[in-house]
Amino acid sequence: MDFLYQIDWFYLGTSLAKTVFLLGIVLTLVSYTVYAERRVSALMQDRVGPNRTGFPITLLGAKKDFSPFLGGLGQPIADAMKLMLKEDYTPSYVNKFYYWIAPALGIASVIVGLAVIPFGSEVAGVPMVIANVNIGPLFIFAFSSLGVYGIVLAGWSANSKYPFLGGIRSTSQMISYELSLGLSVIPIFMILGNMNLVEVIQKQVRDGWMLLPGITAATPTLPSLEQVLLWIPIIISFIIFTVAMFAETNRLPFDLPEAETELVGGYHTEYSSMKFALFFLGEYAAMILGSALIVVLFLGGWSVPFIPDGSAAGLPGIVWGLVNIGVFFAKIAALLIFFIFIRWTLPRFRYDQLMKLGWIWFFEIALVNIFITAGVLAYLATRTPQ
Amino acid sequence: MAYTVPRPKLTFAEKIYLPTVLAGLKITLGHLIRMLRGKTKVAMQYPEEKWDANLPAHYRGAPTLVTDEHGRTRCVACQLCEFICPPRAIRIKPGELPAESKFAKVEKFPAEFEIDMIRCIYCGMCEEVCPEQAIFLRKDYAITGTSRADMVHNKAKLIELGGVMTGLVHKWNEKK
Repeated sequence: MDFLYQIDWFYLGTSLAKTVFLLGIVLTLVSYTVYAERRVSALMQDRVGPNRTGFPITLLGAKKDFSPFLGGLGQPIADAMKLMLKEDYTPSYVNKFYYWIAPALGIASVIVGLAVIPFGSEVAGVPMVIANVNIGPLFIFAFSSLGVYGIVLAGWSANSKYPFLGGIRSTSQMISYELSLGLSVIPIFMILGNMNLVEVIQKQVRDGWMLLPGITAATPTLPSLEQVLLWIPIIISFIIFTVAMFAETNRLPFDLPEAETELVGGYHTEYSSMKFALFFLGEYAAMILGSALIVVLFLGGWSVPFIPDGSAAGLPGIVWGLVNIGVFFAKIAALLIFFIFIRWTLPRFRYDQLMKLGWIWFFEIALVNIFITAGVLAYLATRTPQ
Repeated sequence: MAYTVPRPKLTFAEKIYLPTVLAGLKITLGHLIRMLRGKTKVAMQYPEEKWDANLPAHYRGAPTLVTDEHGRTRCVACQLCEFICPPRAIRIKPGELPAESKFAKVEKFPAEFEIDMIRCIYCGMCEEVCPEQAIFLRKDYAITGTSRADMVHNKAKLIELGGVMTGLVHKWNEKK
């Protein structure tokens, strides 16, 4: 327990800086995801979408308002201000304590999960992960399953039928998909033999992304037989993981807890103002956390394909570190756009279809996938005796 | 009589659903790309783009007072429009034309003519009832103001909006 008596100021300072940076960037990303959601959905439905709100720099004395290329980039700020200035109304019939605690639980569970995500390589010798723990994914799964309490408590404490139905739906949905979510990544860790997310990425920098082995490695090669054989369970687990992530984050086609057309607004029907905004933030932050996990596990994290490190590209270390952070968030942004695309492409599943998909298909396939991986690994072990 | 709902027979690709997801993505992506390339026709962006040039001749915009080619405001302050106006938006204060006036034969003119555009419902009854063809609904539709007083069109404003309209009946000619 010596470390408690000797405060490492450098460690403390950098950790704090990283936390503030990550939180800031994720919250910004959340607000712009909401904007992208509205804009992309509009463009896909042959509408224009929010294209008015710019930055009112005329208030600061400029000649013209600033509204860059697509327009409407000031929309998230306007939305946030609107939500903050609205009346925060607490209905008289709710259970006050749980009503207040639910939105906080919803967002806290997601924010805590961000701590173990490695969002970059190194900047000036500081590893770009807030908590480099050996149980990264377990930590995230543990906290994201706590996130269901936010929704359940919101649904229950609101003391109203639609939120209640939303809460119930969310519980059963989360339980059924949490299983396949957890089971689907087991093959990855069987192959890697490690649950440390930083090392997961290091391995992918060397051998190429999990999803595209060999060709995206530091020295591009065609995938070896070993990699091709292991590719099969990886693809299966990727698909299951991604779909389960959609269900876990309540995105369409699995957004039954909200289901605007059926349940008015689901679990957050009785909420207003900033408490509603917290649910909103939590939902989108969960999307970002999910995408981050997919990126780390399957898409090579912060690694740039073909370029193992900055010295090869002739960049100084600090710039390369920033490039890595940029690459990581670019990959996340691409996945978020994919989330949005799916949302506006597929109709909502029926409830029994959702349950059937979760319990009869994904759970079993994920389970079988573990055995397939074990078989492949056993075969490879006999082929190349250690 | 039981009616059996015919269920479509799904192919294997449709049953495993993922290929159909890709097909769906292709459609939405197609719409997105068409939109980004500017091929999709979208709603008019109002304040920047307007449809003013395409408004029909009979468009019922703001009611105005027209002037004829002799430079006379045609209104004779008969107050029929004031009486017919369903929301009572019109207020007229008649005045008497002096004997030396070129149009002394007409006898009356509106000393004040006010239309409260907050009350006006653009029904066009004033235009219909006017025996002098003096009041017309023109094509102005974006009537704005920052106060209630701003929204009341006085005589000068109405004449300015109405402009000159030629080719109307002249029943106050000297010969008659």
